[in-house]
Amino acid sequence: MLTYLIRRLFAVAVMLVVIILAVFCIFFLIPKWSGIDPATMFVGKQADKESVEAVREKLQLDDPVLVQLFEFFKGIFVGRDYTSGGDTTHCSAPCFGYSFRTEQEIWPVLTDRLPVTLSLALGAAVIWLIIGLAVGVLSALKRGSLWDRLAMTGALAGVSLPVYFTGLISLAVFAYQLDLVSNTFTPFGDDPVKWFSGMILPWVTLAFLFGAMYARLTRATMLEVMGEDYIRTARAKGLKEPVVIGKHAMRSTMTPVLTLLGIDIGALMGGAILTETTFSIPGLGQAVLKAITDRDLPLILGVTLITATAVVIANLIVDLLYGVIDPRVRLG
Amino acid sequence: MTDHEHKSHKDTEPGTDATRVDAPQAAATGAAGAAIPEQGTAPDLTGSGTAPGEPELDQRPPSSFLEVRDLRVHFPTQDGLVKSVDGLTFSLEKGKTLGIVGESGSGKSVTSLGIMGLHTVGQYGRQRPQLSGEIWLDGQELLSADAETVRKLRGREISMIFQDPLSALHPFFTVGHQIVEAYRVHHDVDKKTARRRAIELLDRVGIPEPGKRVDSYPHEFSGGMRQRAMIAMSLVNNPELLIADEPTTALDVTVQAQILDLIRDLQQEFGSAVIIITHDLGVVAELSDDILVMYGGRCVEYGTAEQVFYEPQHPYTWGLLGSMPRIDRDRADRLIPVKGSPPSLINVPSGCAFNPRCPYADVPGDDVTRTVRPELREVKDGHLAACHMAQEDRERIWNEEIAPKL
Amino acid sequence: MTKPVKSPGSEPTADSAAAPGQGETLLKVSGLKKHFPIHKGLFKRQVGAVQAVDGIDFEVRAGETLGVVGESGCGKSTMGRLITRLLEPTAGSIEFEGRDITHLGVSGMRPLRRDVQMIFQDPYSSLNPRHTVGAIVSAPFKLQGVQPEGGVKKEVQRLLGVVGLSPEHYNRYPHEFSGGQRQRIGIARALALSPKLVVADEPVSALDVSIQAQVVNLLDDLQEELGLTYVIIAHDLSVIRHVSDRIAVMYLGKIVELTDRQSLYNTPMHPYTKALMSAVPVPDPRRKAADSRERILLQGDVPSPMNPPSGCRFHTRCWKATEVCKTKEPPLIPLATGHNVACHHPENAPDQEPGDTELLSEAATAKR
Repeated sequence: MLTYLIRRLFAVAVMLVVIILAVFCIFFLIPKWSGIDPATMFVGKQADKESVEAVREKLQLDDPVLVQLFEFFKGIFVGRDYTSGGDTTHCSAPCFGYSFRTEQEIWPVLTDRLPVTLSLALGAAVIWLIIGLAVGVLSALKRGSLWDRLAMTGALAGVSLPVYFTGLISLAVFAYQLDLVSNTFTPFGDDPVKWFSGMILPWVTLAFLFGAMYARLTRATMLEVMGEDYIRTARAKGLKEPVVIGKHAMRSTMTPVLTLLGIDIGALMGGAILTETTFSIPGLGQAVLKAITDRDLPLILGVTLITATAVVIANLIVDLLYGVIDPRVRLG
Repeated sequence: MTDHEHKSHKDTEPGTDATRVDAPQAAATGAAGAAIPEQGTAPDLTGSGTAPGEPELDQRPPSSFLEVRDLRVHFPTQDGLVKSVDGLTFSLEKGKTLGIVGESGSGKSVTSLGIMGLHTVGQYGRQRPQLSGEIWLDGQELLSADAETVRKLRGREISMIFQDPLSALHPFFTVGHQIVEAYRVHHDVDKKTARRRAIELLDRVGIPEPGKRVDSYPHEFSGGMRQRAMIAMSLVNNPELLIADEPTTALDVTVQAQILDLIRDLQQEFGSAVIIITHDLGVVAELSDDILVMYGGRCVEYGTAEQVFYEPQHPYTWGLLGSMPRIDRDRADRLIPVKGSPPSLINVPSGCAFNPRCPYADVPGDDVTRTVRPELREVKDGHLAACHMAQEDRERIWNEEIAPKL
Repeated sequence: MTKPVKSPGSEPTADSAAAPGQGETLLKVSGLKKHFPIHKGLFKRQVGAVQAVDGIDFEVRAGETLGVVGESGCGKSTMGRLITRLLEPTAGSIEFEGRDITHLGVSGMRPLRRDVQMIFQDPYSSLNPRHTVGAIVSAPFKLQGVQPEGGVKKEVQRLLGVVGLSPEHYNRYPHEFSGGQRQRIGIARALALSPKLVVADEPVSALDVSIQAQVVNLLDDLQEELGLTYVIIAHDLSVIRHVSDRIAVMYLGKIVELTDRQSLYNTPMHPYTKALMSAVPVPDPRRKAADSRERILLQGDVPSPMNPPSGCRFHTRCWKATEVCKTKEPPLIPLATGHNVACHHPENAPDQEPGDTELLSEAATAKR
C-alpha cells in the first residue's frame, strides 16, 4: 500500500513537471518560433518600441530558452523577481506571471475564482450522483418497462441538449417567469441564502447533463451485475431483495461510477465554461473564456495547470478508493 | 447475443443443430427486444398456484420429504417460448441423494433454481418465467406460497452449492462476512455469535486456520478452498435439503475427489436430503442413491443407481453410457456416440423428444415415437422410463446390442 | 506417411525427403522451459517468474497419439503453445523432423505452420463470429498462398464433408452451429493444409458427453485416414486413456511420468499418477463402496508455479515423501522398458532411494 502510494505520488510529480514543460512550450516557445514576439503580445499592437523593450527585459525574453525555463519553474515553486529598469517586483510562489491585460498577478485571480468553480462542480456532482444512480438502478431493475423507457429517453435528452439551451430555458422559466430562484450569482460571504438561491439553477443544469450520463452508465453496469452468479447466491441465501440490490449489487455497480466521477470532477475544476457563462458565474471557466478572447496567455496557462493538476489528483484519489472498494485490486 | 434476429425457429427442422437455445441465456436476451410474439393462451403464472385450465392435480400433501409434481418452467423469449422444464415429477426422502443427469439444456439446473424459487425473484413482466406444477417440501407447497415465505425457506431449509465458486461468491466481501450474512438472515444473533458459527463451519469443511481464513476474500482462496467455503455457507443453517449444481465441474480431479468425499461425509452427519446435478456419470455413480436422467426438459428415466447403470431402459441413457470413455476399463474400440445434437427447447420434437437421435425410433412401429409423447411408466419396482418400446425389445437391445460393447 | 493424402497441401512438402515414416521421431523436445516473468514494486523490477514449463523432454513419433494430462497450472497448455511455437521458449530446444525450430522467426515458421496445426478448447471463442465457415476454413490456404486443385471452395467443401459437416454450411456463420459442430469447423481448419502434427488443447472438454464422443471418434477416424500425429492435451483421464497411445503426466511444469497407455493405467509408478487415477469418479455404483477405501485423497491444492516446492515438486502432497524428496529433484528415467518416471520412491518399481525411509511429517499424516 505504502509503496503503491509513493509510486503514485512520484508519478503525479513527474506528470505535473511534464505538463508544466508542455505548457511552457506551447505558450512561450511556439509563439517565438512562429515569429510572434511575446513582448508585443504583452504590450499590445499599438505599443511603442521602448515599452516593448522594457517588457522584454522584464520578462527576460532575450535569455536562452533554458534560463527562461528555469526561471519559469522557479517562479512556480519558489517565486521569482521581475526587474524592470531599476525597480524590482517580487512575484511570490506559485508565480504564473502577470496578466497581459490587467497586469494583476495570476495566482490571486485563480484563488479568487477556484472556490466558485469548486462549489459549482461539487454541488452539481451531489445532485447528479443521486439522480443518476437512482434513475439508473430503477431503470435496470425494471428493464423494458414504461418507466425505463421514459427514463432513458430523458437521459438521451440530457446527454444531447446543450447546457446553454437547458440553462437559458430554466433561467427564463424559474428565475424570470416564476421568480422562484435568484438569477444572479451572489458570493457566499455576502449572503449564503442568496448564494444558494443563485446556484440552484446552475447546479441543476450541469447535473442534468452529467446525471443523464451517470444514469446510463449505472443502468448498464447494474444490468450486468444483476446477471452475476453472486447475486444469485445472495438470493439463494434468503436475503431480502433490498439487501441483494442495495448491498451486493450496488457495491459492484459503484466501481465504474466512481472512476468516472473522479475524472469528471477533476475536469470540471478547469471551469464549466458554458454553465458559468450562461449563468454569469465568476468562476475559472468564465475567466479562461475571457483570457482566450484577450489572448491573455499567463492566465490561460494558470488555468491549464490547475485543471491538469486537478485531474491528476482526482485520478489518484479514485485509484486509492478503488483499492478500498475492490479487494482484488492489490495496491502493492 | 444481439445477432439472433434471423435465427428464426422456423427455418430448421427440430433436432438439427442450428437452433440450439440455452434456456437461461435465451431468457436474458429475450428482454432486449421490443415486441415479443404473443404467447397466445399461455396464462401468466407468476408463481402463485396452478393456472386455470391446467389439469387439476392431486392437492393432498405428499408423504415424501420433497415431491415435485408436473413442474414446468417456461421462459418467454424473442424467438419463442423456451420450455426448459416441461412436466417433471419426482420425489426424494430425507437422508437420500438424488442425482440428476443430463446434458446442457436438458433443464437440470432450471429445475434446481425452480425448487429454490429463484426464477421469479427480481423478474417481472415479460421476462418473468412461467412456472406451474407443485413443489412440496415437508408438507408445504412452494409454488403457491407467497414470495416472503419462500424467501425465508431459502438458505434455511433449502440451500444450494453452485458450480463456479469464484463467481458465486461476492468478490468484495470477505468469506466470513458472506457466511455470517447467510446465518444472520435466518437467525437473530449478534455478529460475534455468527462469526463463531462461521469459523466452526469453515473448520468443519476442512479449511486450515479457519480463524484466520474467515477474514480472507474469495480471490485469496484456491479453487478447492472456495468450494469448501461455499459448502460451509450452504450448511450454516443446517438445511434439510441441499442442492449441489455441478459442484465439482470447475475443479481439478484431485480436488474434486476431496469435495465429493466432503459432501458424502456431511450428508451422513447432517442427514439432509441432497440433490446433485451433474453431467458427469462418474460423479452421480459415486454419490447417488437414485438417478434421474433428463432430456429436453423431461425425465426419461428414473431408478436406483444400480438400475440405471446396470439395467438402463432408455436409449438416451444407453447413449450416455456408450459416449463415455472409461477410466476403469481398457479402451473399447470406439465410443458409441449419440448422433445429432440436443433438441431445441423452443421446438421440442413432437412425440418422443429423443426420436430424431434415437437409433431405435422405428422399433415400436406406427410412427408412434414421432407422434405420441411417451409417458413415464414403471418398468420394475421403482424403475421408471419414458419409452415407447416394449419391455422385451428394450431388454433384448440392451443385453444383446449395447451392454457387450460398453 | 503410410497413406498418400490426396490433398494439394501436401505436395509442396513432398520433396522434403526427411519426412519420417511411421514410428520415427517427428517432434523432439529437450529441456524445454517457459518462464513468465512477474514485475513488481516501484521500478517494476522482475521479482520472480511463473515457471509454467520447467524443463521437459519428450518425443512424439509419427502416427501416434501422445496424451498430455495434468491438473490446472501444470503447464500442459503452455507446452502445447510452445511446440506449435505460438509462444517463445525461455530455454531448451524443439526439433521438428530433425530440424531445430526453437527460435525460428515468423517468416521461418511460415512453411512449418503447414505441418503443425492446433485445435483449441473453446469452439465458441476460437472462431471469428464475423467470418463465414468458408472463410474460416479457407484462411490457411490464403495465408500460405496455396491454390488447391479444383479451387479453394471445392477443397473447403470437401474438408467440411470430411469432418462430418455438410458442404452447404459453407456460407453460414459460426453462431448458427452447436458446440460440437463448431469444434468440427475448427478441426476442418486445422486439417486444411494436411498437417503432419496436430496439437489439440482440451478438444472436447467444452462439449456435452454425447457430442464429446462424436468428436473423439472423428479425431480417431481422421488419424487413421490421414495418418496424422496427435498431441492431445486434456485434464480428463478417461478421455486421455481412450485416445492416447503414449501418455505424459505433468505436474507443476514437469513431466513426472511418461509411458504407453497400458503400463500407465495398469502399473502407474509415480504416486501422483496413482492418486490422480484413483481420484477419478468411476461410473459404476457397485465399485463405489470398494473404491472409497482404496482411494488416495491428496491433501490441499496444487502449489503455485510461481514458487514451486524444492526437490520433487510433489513432495508437499505425497504420502511417500522422505527427506531426499525435499532436497533432490528426481530425474525422469526409465524404470521399466519404455516407462519413464521421475520419483525417488515409485510404486510398482524398485525404490530409488532405499536408504531414505523416514517419512516427512506431512506425509505421515496424509490420509490414504
